Amino acid sequence: MKYVLMFVGSTEDQDSFDRLPPEQRAAAYERAGTWFEEQSRAGRLVGGEELQGPGSSTTVRIKNGKAIVTDGPYIEAKEIIGGFAIVEVKDLDEALAMAKAWPAGAVEVRPVVDHSADIEQSQARLADSAKNG
Amino acid sequence: MVQDSLVAALETWPEQGIPDKPGAWLMTTARRRAIDILRRDQRYREKLVLLERSDLRPEPAEADDRLRLIFTCCHPALSQEAQVALTLRAVVGFTTTEISSAFLLAEATVAQRIVRAKRKIVDAHIPYRMPEGAELAGRLDGVLSVLYLMFNEGYLSRGTQVAMRRDLADDALWLASLVARLMPDQPELLGLLALMKLNLARSAARFDGVGELVLLPDQDRALWDQAAIAQGIELLERAGAMKATGPYQVQAAIAALHSEARSWAETDWHQIVVLYDALVRMADSPVVRLNRGVAMSHFAGPEAALGEVNDLAIALSGYHLFHSIRAELLEQLGERVQAREELHRALDLCSNPAERSLLERRLKD
Repeated sequence: MKYVLMFVGSTEDQDSFDRLPPEQRAAAYERAGTWFEEQSRAGRLVGGEELQGPGSSTTVRIKNGKAIVTDGPYIEAKEIIGGFAIVEVKDLDEALAMAKAWPAGAVEVRPVVDHSADIEQSQARLADSAKNG
Repeated sequence: MVQDSLVAALETWPEQGIPDKPGAWLMTTARRRAIDILRRDQRYREKLVLLERSDLRPEPAEADDRLRLIFTCCHPALSQEAQVALTLRAVVGFTTTEISSAFLLAEATVAQRIVRAKRKIVDAHIPYRMPEGAELAGRLDGVLSVLYLMFNEGYLSRGTQVAMRRDLADDALWLASLVARLMPDQPELLGLLALMKLNLARSAARFDGVGELVLLPDQDRALWDQAAIAQGIELLERAGAMKATGPYQVQAAIAALHSEARSWAETDWHQIVVLYDALVRMADSPVVRLNRGVAMSHFAGPEAALGEVNDLAIALSGYHLFHSIRAELLEQLGERVQAREELHRALDLCSNPAERSLLERRLKD
């Protein structure tokens, strides 16, 4: 079962983190790095990234059939997603255990929709059309 | 899929009919409820005899399954309302209609809660399993909160229609005994069970002949169920021997001191304040401090108690008992006008009919 762990926090959290002395920030990064290493070694990690701040974000919306590009994140809120990890585990409890071990604040745990059957089907279709074509 | 068995349990009860192994069924369904249903059907007399034997023990595999069911219904990834509804549905055997009337909710609300919870169990892969190791303590706390909430809702409802729904309180007690039978070494679980027993032991004295609520100081203690009190105290002693105290055991110990006192005046108030101090350390809340204030008034006097109670004004100004306790203390200090104002405030905030009637009677005095 695949889940996305979203590392979330408030803009205030982000600001106070940015104001930390460099060695404390480095230590925080090291703790997060250790978490990624351990989870990866345990075979639970599919992927994950740290995201740049919401100031770097650009949103594309479709309005009346036209793409509108605007500066800033889609969700205008005090909460930001600082990064994410895609994990493959047995069940929600295992995903929650990973989230509990995350050393840098709140984590939202969301199961992903399993599209593997759809993918197999479209691959089969592709193979068929390759044979027939 | 593992979740299937839970979803099946939620869907097939009570339409599944009478199973072949009443022992297993006994674990699934409230015994009293099961007996009610069986009485209506002549064909099941033999099974009825089996069910009425209290020495029936579940097979170990069956016990594991029951615990898995309870812990899954009380999974923290579900809202507490959903945990309560699922537990009543899947473990105690309530219908959606019964849950909605027990909690004075629209039936559609309860149905939707259950549907959403079932969907989340499947979509998020909430496992159908017993928590283990370090996880167990926290998860058991969640189960205890659900049982406690169920019991309180039944014991003195906040609703407006019925003062006391014995059914729900009895079922919470039944469920707590079931969990305690399956997990005999959990002191806080025994503490909660003792607390329920000791409170229910006073049932007969809590309402007078015309259904008016009678508070502890005025209760006829001869009506208390001494056998139930003895059972409650025995449970508490068993819990105490495990040397891991907690808030439920402390609350049960307070209830036990009340149960053992020959009168309100002869209550061991000093010991009760000591226990409330312990409770403040373990699970501080304004309501705990309010109760501590009441206990304190009995040996430090109303003035000292009022000082402590007043400190809770910001946190508890919307709670009717805060105002009715202030009224009582002000009355004792001879501040009649202020006391009446507080009684009016309490009345504005209170929805339980028996409690309202009690406040109205106090206003007339």
